[in-house]
Amino acid sequence: MYTESPEPATGVLLGPQRLAVTVDRELPALAADGQVAAISAGWQEREAEDDELQAALGNRAINLCLHARGDAVFRDDPELKDAHRVKQDRLRSIQALYRGRLVHSIAAVHELQRARGPADLIADEITAAIDAIRLVDRQHLDRVTAINDEYEAALRPGERPVVAAHREAIADILAGCAAVAITGGHVATILNRLRLFDLGPLIRGLPIVAWSAGAMSLTDRVILFHDSPPQGRGNAEILEAGLGLFPGVVVLPHARRRLLLDDPIRVSLFARRFAPARAIALDERCKIAFVDPGGPCGNELTRVLGEDGAVRPMEPQCP
Amino acid sequence: MSLAIHSLLRTRPLDQGAVERFLRDHEFPLVEGTSATFVFRGEVDAVFLRHWVFGLGSQQPFHRLPGTDLWYLVIELPRGSRVEYKLEVHRGGHSTWIRDPRNQHLAHDPFGANSVCQGEGYATPEWVHPDHEARPGTLEEVVLPKTPFGDARRLTIYLPARFRVSRRYRLLVVHDGGDYLRFSALKTVLDNLIHRLEVAPLIVALTHPHDRLIEYANDPTHADYIVNTVLPYMEERFPLFPAATARCLMGASFGGVASLSTAWRYPGRFGCLLLQSGSFAFTDIGENRRGPAFDRVVSFVNAFREAPGRPAEKVFVSCGTYESLIYENRSMVPLLQTTGMDIRYEEARDGHNWENWRDRLRIALSWIFPGPLWMVYE
Repeated sequence: MYTESPEPATGVLLGPQRLAVTVDRELPALAADGQVAAISAGWQEREAEDDELQAALGNRAINLCLHARGDAVFRDDPELKDAHRVKQDRLRSIQALYRGRLVHSIAAVHELQRARGPADLIADEITAAIDAIRLVDRQHLDRVTAINDEYEAALRPGERPVVAAHREAIADILAGCAAVAITGGHVATILNRLRLFDLGPLIRGLPIVAWSAGAMSLTDRVILFHDSPPQGRGNAEILEAGLGLFPGVVVLPHARRRLLLDDPIRVSLFARRFAPARAIALDERCKIAFVDPGGPCGNELTRVLGEDGAVRPMEPQCP
Repeated sequence: MSLAIHSLLRTRPLDQGAVERFLRDHEFPLVEGTSATFVFRGEVDAVFLRHWVFGLGSQQPFHRLPGTDLWYLVIELPRGSRVEYKLEVHRGGHSTWIRDPRNQHLAHDPFGANSVCQGEGYATPEWVHPDHEARPGTLEEVVLPKTPFGDARRLTIYLPARFRVSRRYRLLVVHDGGDYLRFSALKTVLDNLIHRLEVAPLIVALTHPHDRLIEYANDPTHADYIVNTVLPYMEERFPLFPAATARCLMGASFGGVASLSTAWRYPGRFGCLLLQSGSFAFTDIGENRRGPAFDRVVSFVNAFREAPGRPAEKVFVSCGTYESLIYENRSMVPLLQTTGMDIRYEEARDGHNWENWRDRLRIALSWIFPGPLWMVYE
């Protein structure tokens, strides 16, 4: 469930839609005629307030109501709810511990980037220090995956009657839909609900349009990021594995606002840390299309963070 | 560093034409590194800089440029400083305080407006200006008819954008709420910080004192009003988290005293305190020298220092380094730390004014009620 999927699904990842709606143009491009299954679980208790979403999707969306279904599951299955809470507490704890390790690993890179001496020696040391960050990232991802796997193995959510009933209902709805749309919002909530109802296999065969947190949740790894938060050091961190439907990219919604893209040192570190995945800024009107077996393409606004610290238009460009 | 005014002084001939060019080519106050040059032009007898920087003489004389009507003054202005000031102009045996006619930067307060000198490195935070992307919250005026004061009291309530009765919210109670709205742009700041996810959506009760020097000076009636009138009213009307840690009491200057003394009288009711430039005057020995208005404050702070207890869980304290209260606030921090409360202290090179308090709101509120910045990508 948490392994990388080399075979991408078909779909489009978009930038934020609130102020610049582009999703309405994408569904026709994906030849998705018919009803659209909408997932707005990231909006949490506002999940059902989807009038604008309906309008953007041509009033043909059926909201899967994953957030409400999740609440219903936890209400009807207290044992699952309690176990889920324990798991979430453990995940929060391990995230805090990982964050502490990251501070030191990243500080080492920044110190070396300021160092004076032979350039080749400094470059080698920086590479080694970035490898150390990548090791910390990998270990964290492994631990989070293990906690999730233990939970799945112990609780077997899919086999519990209340979850199974919802999964069946969701599968029935999806069977009548031509595409899936996943909104932004709270990325951990989206992931939790997608996992609870095992949506990965169910939506893989459908054209998918997802934006912001919805897009993040479908990649291999979900990276939380902000270069200048009011508190803390602003180190990007891995939350956990995504569904892996759109591999090989790290998507960065609101990059213009959240990242210091004119700081080549930070850009370079970000790009090298998560390579070979490409770190892609996904601002308003940007898109990444996974429609060609040759790999993803971007539109003219989509930009990639380069290992040299530059931010360039994504190649190839979509036709 | 050679300053522009020094170049002017070396200019020959040093006449009105040279002055005209100097004034035309620069903006004033002219900040160059850690120096600020103030100028005034006019046929007057004397000019003084009047400011509220504790540590500098409050009345700094300008010098007249020989043979011209230009008056100037150079002061040291450390990086990141922000100074509010007026010019005191003497003419014909009279003196008047005026705003600097060559400076468009103004800061407003309940007494009017002052000119503002922004040192190198200071920039007005962008989050204090309206952001068209930010969904606006709403303000509602209510009157609480029965209060411990014996009269009705006005309360302004801020509800965040997309307020939902089905959600639960944190509560912030603000002393001098009207002034925070007018002079610290509190509504705009809340709208922006909530929109940016840096601060959790919260409900704010903004109080309006009738006589703040009395009500805020450790007045038991005021504490009773906050805890037994405002708080129950807000809890009854709005979906608030029931925990003390979800409640914050906030104030500046005497409002800081009111916040601390209320929490001290009713420990455990407000889990968080936001104290800006609190008037925490105290005496180790001898009489209060700040005047009668401080008598009750000093008695309270002395008592608090003797037995602080644990009035809250998290306390954010800030003060400007140019305030006369900097000593008192710095003294408060180690005392608060001994209580086991979580303490955060911030200083800025600024004075006792509303824009200083405005500029600290982001760091304070995002520490007290952090928003889901790292998790939400809309």
